[in-house]
Amino acid sequence: MEISRTAKVGRLLNVTVKRAFEAVVSDHGAAVLRVCRAVVGRDDADDAWSETFLSAMKAYPSLPADANVEAWLVTIAHRKAIDVTRARTRRAIPTDDVPERPVAPGADRDDDLAAALARLPDKQRLAVAYHYLACLPYAEVAAILGGSTDAARRAASDGIAALRRTYLGKGNTSD
Amino acid sequence: MTDIDLIRDLSRSTEGRADELSQLRAGLAAAAQRDGILDVAYRIVDSPVGPLLVAATELGLVRVAYAVEGHDTVLQRLADVVSPRILLAPARLDQIAHQLDEYFHGSRRDFDVPLDWRLSAGFRGVVLKHLPEIAYGHTASYAAVAQLSGNPKAVRAVGTACATNPLPVVVPCHRVVRSDGSMGGYLGGVEAKRTLLTLEAAA
Repeated sequence: MEISRTAKVGRLLNVTVKRAFEAVVSDHGAAVLRVCRAVVGRDDADDAWSETFLSAMKAYPSLPADANVEAWLVTIAHRKAIDVTRARTRRAIPTDDVPERPVAPGADRDDDLAAALARLPDKQRLAVAYHYLACLPYAEVAAILGGSTDAARRAASDGIAALRRTYLGKGNTSD
Repeated sequence: MTDIDLIRDLSRSTEGRADELSQLRAGLAAAAQRDGILDVAYRIVDSPVGPLLVAATELGLVRVAYAVEGHDTVLQRLADVVSPRILLAPARLDQIAHQLDEYFHGSRRDFDVPLDWRLSAGFRGVVLKHLPEIAYGHTASYAAVAQLSGNPKAVRAVGTACATNPLPVVVPCHRVVRSDGSMGGYLGGVEAKRTLLTLEAAA
């Protein structure tokens, strides 16, 4: 059911209301899942998504009604992604060499892209995810990552350039 | 390939399918219930009087709403008045959904679920709590209900109480009619009132 329209009308009328959390999940669930998949990978993304929304729902009543909900959710997702990654690291057997993620023969372009994304330095991967997948302005990205707005812009731009080299270097061409 | 194509590929490759998202949302509803933060659960129940929104707090059924009331508006009101921690979470409403189904099939005369009366304050609440005394298949006038509620002069207030009943169908304001026997208004529309009274008369 579409329950976000009244709130959009409310915004147009410059009335700030705290909407039902269901509308928050409806509006931002897909974007947060994209971010989680980009940041922690597909295997851990579901856990990160669930932890993010559960934690957000707990805190939701005290969120100011005029807050940027998407930036707030991505900030929570950022923290949850760190938790999820740490938990996985604790489970994993440490090795000196991090093997390159195996790519099965015939694996499609999405796997190549996921692998290329996973190989980016953290800061670049996060900047790309938060700016290009969650559509946060660089100032918000900088607030989450620490550092300046310019640094966030540079990290995202370096990330995209690196993806072009590794992903497109494999002979993936669009259309 | 431009950066825009690359970003589009990136977005597409991380996109969740509709079934994956609905599974995550169902999981969230279950976890919220488990953690005691699901303040209001709701679902939509199909019925001969159109889709009904049913919502429950931890205490019980708090709202039944007709489509004409605007389900969006009803949810926003619940967010404002009860809590914004609201999710589409059918499990808490299984019992009432089943009982509504039985009622609309003519095999149930009374509802047996806990009710959360927090949306009906004061005299309106008093009036509504007396309505279940009007038996299934029977009607009572606004004046008779005013008497029942201990304030025979408050006929208009009974009308208001019925018009703002947060739990229609379950709390049977449809059984309240005009003294001349005509149906009078109904918050779900006169057609819905006729449907319910006809259903109860036939069973």
